[in-house]
Amino acid sequence: MELIKDGKRIDGRSFDELRPIKIEAGVLKRADGSAYVEWGGNKVLAAVYGPREAQPRHIQNPTKAIVSCRYNMAAFSVSDRKRQGPDRRSVEISKIVSEALDRVIFTEQFPRATIDVYMEVLQADAGTRCTCLTAASVALADAGIPMRDFVSACAVGKVDGQIVLDLGKEEDNLGEADLPIAIMPRTGEILLLQMDGHLTMEEFNKAVTLGMNACMKIYEMQKEALMKKYTGD
Amino acid sequence: MLSEIKRDYICQLAAKGKRVDGRKFDEPREIKIEKGVAKNAEGSALVKLGDTSVMVGVKMAPGEPYPDTQDSGVLTTSAELTPLASPTFESGPPSPEAIEIARVVDRGIRESKTVDFKKLCITKNEKVWVLFLDIHVLDYDGNLFDASSIGALSALTDTVVPAKRFEIGEDFKLEVEHYPVSCTSVKIGSAILLDPSLDEETVADARLTVSIDENGDIRAMQKGLNGSFTLDEVKSIINSSKIKGDRIRELIK
Repeated sequence: MELIKDGKRIDGRSFDELRPIKIEAGVLKRADGSAYVEWGGNKVLAAVYGPREAQPRHIQNPTKAIVSCRYNMAAFSVSDRKRQGPDRRSVEISKIVSEALDRVIFTEQFPRATIDVYMEVLQADAGTRCTCLTAASVALADAGIPMRDFVSACAVGKVDGQIVLDLGKEEDNLGEADLPIAIMPRTGEILLLQMDGHLTMEEFNKAVTLGMNACMKIYEMQKEALMKKYTGD
Repeated sequence: MLSEIKRDYICQLAAKGKRVDGRKFDEPREIKIEKGVAKNAEGSALVKLGDTSVMVGVKMAPGEPYPDTQDSGVLTTSAELTPLASPTFESGPPSPEAIEIARVVDRGIRESKTVDFKKLCITKNEKVWVLFLDIHVLDYDGNLFDASSIGALSALTDTVVPAKRFEIGEDFKLEVEHYPVSCTSVKIGSAILLDPSLDEETVADARLTVSIDENGDIRAMQKGLNGSFTLDEVKSIINSSKIKGDRIRELIK
């Protein structure tokens, strides 16, 4: 399959173009904070509960709060039905997302507590971990959890030898490299970085710059979503 | 868990450019690789990275291909953090740590085309070789990522496909097409330390594993732990991984 034709990608985007993104803060009633993100064909809900007492007590940390994330895909979110419950991929994503979010939360303010972040993928279309992190970060802010910064995430990849931003489904499946990245937008610190495939040093440098610039755009959208909820415009 | 006093000691040393065991920041521990250690396996390797010890075994059997890759063999990687390797490991279902290790090693092999899985097809749409890569951690003194991936690559270079046993022709040596070597660094304060020991790993803020192939290209990366890296730190880790990886590759071959 030809993934790039006449300088355009399979879905008509240019190399450095994001898919359409919609972010909404505070969409669930019971959760302390929540967010809904549509990113291309991805549809993701994130909810935050806490800080609340960590249970069972032996998991409590007397010096800081635990940040516990659960990434889960609905059985109907992918074309072949996914068996319910955590698989190895979900466990890994939950772990690295927890680690990324832990860095931005002032966990030391809540000893013995847990901050639970639940992310549900309702519809998957490549790039779900970045979509989930983006949603989780807005949900945390919506829950009023004190944070150093946002977390903004985006994937970059290589398709037909070209470095392109925000891989779509076909590009993800058939591409030559995939590099999801999450940063703290105010400082540019890297919170999540994974890569598989094949990149030369120059390609890596190009990809990471492209990804970090896109994260800044995501950051603006995240702020807008919160402003919209809390100022009403 | 690590005592406060030891934690402070490691951090203070790192700030002065030193490490507890006297190594330089970019100096890995001694690596020992022994291949063919499990004779019932199709390929195996015992890797010692300082006091960390990991055994990796390859077993193969004919099986069904995945529906979306009908003409390719199947790779299944798992890691077991056996309770004998550390007082903190428990028996039971695989922990998130074990799963992360298995998946990072798996991706390192799969996405970098270390093995051409098309060559492990027996009959298209029906029968292919299933390659089970099992990582068994025996002694945990830090940096399981590198010990496991060096072990996996070594075991693959030692693998003979058991075609005769399953009456599908003659045995043949598994062809290893690329040699991506993974190097893990951690950040303590502002210091970047290659190949962390257990104590260093426990103190560390952030971890980055980079896998580089024989051409100096990047094949896989995985960042871990709660801290962060600057872009410059990431770039310098990639560069030192490249230099150290070349030496480790010679040992594996």
